[in-house]
Amino acid sequence: MLYREAGDFKTSYQADNQTFPIRFDRVGLRVVLVLALGVVPFFINDYWANAVALPFLIYAIAAIGLNILVGFCGQVSLGTGGFMAVGAYATYKLMTAFPEVSIIIHVLLAGGITAGVGVLFGLPSLRIKGFYLAVATLAAQFFLVWLFNRVPWFYNYSASGQISAPEREVLGYAVTGPNAEAWVTYLFCLLFLIFAAVVARNLTRGTMGRSWMGIRDMDIAAEIIGVNPLSAKLSAFAVSSFFIGIAGALFFAVYLGAVEVGEAFGINKSFLVLFMIIIGGLGRIGGSLMGAAFLVLLPVLLKNVLVGSLGWPTDLAAHLEFMIVGALIVTFLVAEPHGLAQLWRVAKEKLRLWPFPH
Amino acid sequence: MAKTKMSVAGAALLAAGVIAGPAAAELVFPDLSYRTGPYAANGIPFSDGYQDYLTLLNERDGGIGGEMIEVIECETGYNTEKGVECYEATKGEGALIYQPLSTGITYQLIPKATADGIPMHTMGYGRTSAKNGEVFRWVFNYPANYWDGASHAINHILDVNDGDISGKTIALVYHNSAYGKEPIRTLEELAEKHGYELLLLPVDHPGQEQKSQWLQIRRAKPDNVIMWGWGVMNQVAIQEAVNIRYPMENFIGIWWSGSENDVLPAGDGADGYKALTFHNLGMDYPVYDDLKEYVVDAGMAAGAGDQLGTALYNRGMYAAMLAAEAARTAQEIHGTAQITPAMMRDGMEALEMTEEKMAGLGLPNFGPTFNVSCSNHGGDGLGAVAQWDAEAGSWSLITDYGPSDGSVLDPLISADSMAYAEENGITPGCE
Repeated sequence: MLYREAGDFKTSYQADNQTFPIRFDRVGLRVVLVLALGVVPFFINDYWANAVALPFLIYAIAAIGLNILVGFCGQVSLGTGGFMAVGAYATYKLMTAFPEVSIIIHVLLAGGITAGVGVLFGLPSLRIKGFYLAVATLAAQFFLVWLFNRVPWFYNYSASGQISAPEREVLGYAVTGPNAEAWVTYLFCLLFLIFAAVVARNLTRGTMGRSWMGIRDMDIAAEIIGVNPLSAKLSAFAVSSFFIGIAGALFFAVYLGAVEVGEAFGINKSFLVLFMIIIGGLGRIGGSLMGAAFLVLLPVLLKNVLVGSLGWPTDLAAHLEFMIVGALIVTFLVAEPHGLAQLWRVAKEKLRLWPFPH
Repeated sequence: MAKTKMSVAGAALLAAGVIAGPAAAELVFPDLSYRTGPYAANGIPFSDGYQDYLTLLNERDGGIGGEMIEVIECETGYNTEKGVECYEATKGEGALIYQPLSTGITYQLIPKATADGIPMHTMGYGRTSAKNGEVFRWVFNYPANYWDGASHAINHILDVNDGDISGKTIALVYHNSAYGKEPIRTLEELAEKHGYELLLLPVDHPGQEQKSQWLQIRRAKPDNVIMWGWGVMNQVAIQEAVNIRYPMENFIGIWWSGSENDVLPAGDGADGYKALTFHNLGMDYPVYDDLKEYVVDAGMAAGAGDQLGTALYNRGMYAAMLAAEAARTAQEIHGTAQITPAMMRDGMEALEMTEEKMAGLGLPNFGPTFNVSCSNHGGDGLGAVAQWDAEAGSWSLITDYGPSDGSVLDPLISADSMAYAEENGITPGCE
């Protein structure tokens, strides 16, 4: 009844092409943004920020980045962990080398550096496809982790090989370091996520996104109709790595504060982000958010219910958590191979007709 | 939209799970344990010992100074992200002290705990330079640290070789993480002093793949191998050493590579393997009678209750004992049973472990005696060497507790802690 197109007249080409064609969605999005930007910061505490909000926001940025490459351009990548490490180490080097420059610029520059590295490792995609490309990006993953472990310059010759983020401020509020308030870090990451989502959405529905999708659907046909595979593939690698680099930078500087490359950016990270976009929905920006939410929030939720509320032993809960999350992933993928985003789209179709489906 | 609906539903459920309310009038000791994953074999006995000792205090003495103890266990899986989640989840419950049993999580928590004013005790792990309490006001690592351990290992090799190891080759097989890299600086300095050659062999997490490292050892034939391993890496390394027939008495593990779980899989081949320790081993102590009576027989033992008397169980118990004694000291200093984390810190800084105190606790001669002070958060750094007897299936101390090489370590600690102070804008001092 409320959720329908009827009466929502589009009088311009622009209005006809908007992201949310239904008024209910547009109002809903505004309400969510107002809540997220204007209300949540007043109530968020350390636990909610560090255990729930920050990981969700940061993984969502990484998932958007990977979705551009895998979902929109069809280039399978297993190098996400390594590219996040590039973002983290780039911020670290920039933060320590130029302490007077704003952390916002450092994070964006770290994204830019990661984009460069991404293009470099994207070069093989011009010759190899599919599983073979996945193996080539896997090499990037292992090489980058090895590099940051091996070359002491990257971690400023610290004895332990750890990098730790010094305190940096934005407008007088600490964003990194132990004295950063929960709401500041939350808002900082949220703004980057909004930025990433808006940029990604607009890129993917423009020329660039269409050439990516052309390459994804059939590269030879795309080439014949005039899409340059070189620029399409490399731009996908660059944009994707840019977002992943930002996610890595935030992951290190804002969320954890200190990281060790092998543990924080190992192959598991690559798989985790890949699972996020597969579960969320390939080629859907909203799917990236849903996938990140699913894989970040569900374990925390299960842990709190099983250990906190039911009082079960922690090891039993940890094992059960693996089983439940695994079973849910399989169930979701069997029920809807196109991910959570597709489930949501089907739900919306039904909502449009409700309550008179015939 | 879907995301928000889901997260709202999740939020409601989460809130129900989180808001259990801090328990009033109790001493809260969080136990960041790991009973799953590749490090569980070592995490389980430690956590069992830690919890059982505190359960014993509750059951036998009614807590510490009349205050009951509440242990909040949180599974970290030796993973820093989960460690942070555990820290945030438990700190609001009035946590008095954090002992994460992970160097990676320790590095993560040092700035956070310092900002929140909660003391940390990283017994024999963590950041070595936290020994300098003037910089690391909230972090303690008594009674011994990694650099002490590195020095003990070299001292033992010196003893065996009548004080001359110049020209010898010593290999360090280490977990390729902050933990495993800790001793490298010290071993390099000591190599300069004693003239041995150091061979570095990193093993990546989780450590199941060590063929190439041991092939290198087989080729280079180092006179001694020192190991900084943890979890499944220990078992694999000892098995690989047996496979290449490396003489076990020349193979020395740090105290984290010296539990029964590490040597048992290699069977008789592991006979003669050495490991460092900073406390005594076995279950020949009066406290074990009480543990049996009040905890095990009462069915209150943590975990499966089958780890009693193992090396890491003893270490967990030792950690709990030191924390309980620090809490008792804090209660005496401040004249109140209900202590805060800040008072706990004062108690830790004034902790004195004497022989009488340990005997009174049913742990005579269990660990070295030491005093903690503001300028020295690390105790005296005494350590001993234990050797595995595969036939008897037990560890036995083969040396006395000896000191580490302070002339090499002290300048390193001071340099590293001062560098940290400068990076983080800390003015060293005791207030």
